Amino acid sequence: MDVNTLLNTIEISHILFLGFAALCVVAAFNVILQHNPIYSALALIIVLCTLAALFVTLYAPFIAAIQVLVYAGAIMVLFIFVIMLLNVREEESKTDQQKYLKYLAVPFFLAMLGEVFAVIKTVGAPPASANPPGTVESIANGMFTNYVLPFEAASVLILMAIVGSMLLARRESAADTNLIEDALNAANRSTPMPAIETVREIEEEVAA
Amino acid sequence: MVPLSWYLALSAVLFTIGVVGVIIQRNIISLFMCIELMLNAVNLTLVAFSRFLGDVTGQLFVFIVMTVAAAEAAVGLAIIISLFRSRETINVDEADLLRL
Repeated sequence: MDVNTLLNTIEISHILFLGFAALCVVAAFNVILQHNPIYSALALIIVLCTLAALFVTLYAPFIAAIQVLVYAGAIMVLFIFVIMLLNVREEESKTDQQKYLKYLAVPFFLAMLGEVFAVIKTVGAPPASANPPGTVESIANGMFTNYVLPFEAASVLILMAIVGSMLLARRESAADTNLIEDALNAANRSTPMPAIETVREIEEEVAA
Repeated sequence: MVPLSWYLALSAVLFTIGVVGVIIQRNIISLFMCIELMLNAVNLTLVAFSRFLGDVTGQLFVFIVMTVAAAEAAVGLAIIISLFRSRETINVDEADLLRL
């Protein structure tokens, strides 16, 4: 095969895929090999953006948009907030119980990769469908007809996550405890309020 | 057109990198990021199958997975903050109160 026929068989989509895939894999290795979590987070943002580009090549523009907005925007900002908030210095593990586990990682990596590729080889190669499904209209159609129950369940899940994370991250301060005790005392008060007693005294004096 | 197997291969590589990251990292925030990596690998598979089978259901699944990932990140990071307040560490080896 000479150079011209080779060049003719290469499509622009292949070049795009290989470029984004290479960037994605390099950044993913960067995520797991960095010691400082802030560098891992930045590499993960690159992974998410390249995946969004790959979603565009799969004719899924809506998913690509929310990948950038929700994942690379909201979730990663949350991660970086927490990294900045905790501001943990890089420290060696004092216990180091898992010292030998990391030498197991490379054979495990190869074994799992071989396993997954063996599964993929059994998947046939269906030809690309003529009508790509990724428009906003088709997604909304599916979401609000057949899949409205998972959609509503997801909204309940988000509400529970908000309440749960506020409860977990709340700081228990002495002022809070005092407030709660005061409220409990007020609720359990059996004696009438002082103002009512004063009114009764005035009424008795008037009657006398 | 890029064949389906290329996307599946990339997804497998990403997922495996995420698993290895969970094994070798001891920093709990990095562990969380490795979990996000694995979720994204699965998302890529779902979108690729959705494209090649011409069915929108895969993309709806991706939507739900993203929702769950957001909820998981919020609750997990709250747990990390609460752990850091009580133990002054984010190393998973030192949070072993439940170990026998």
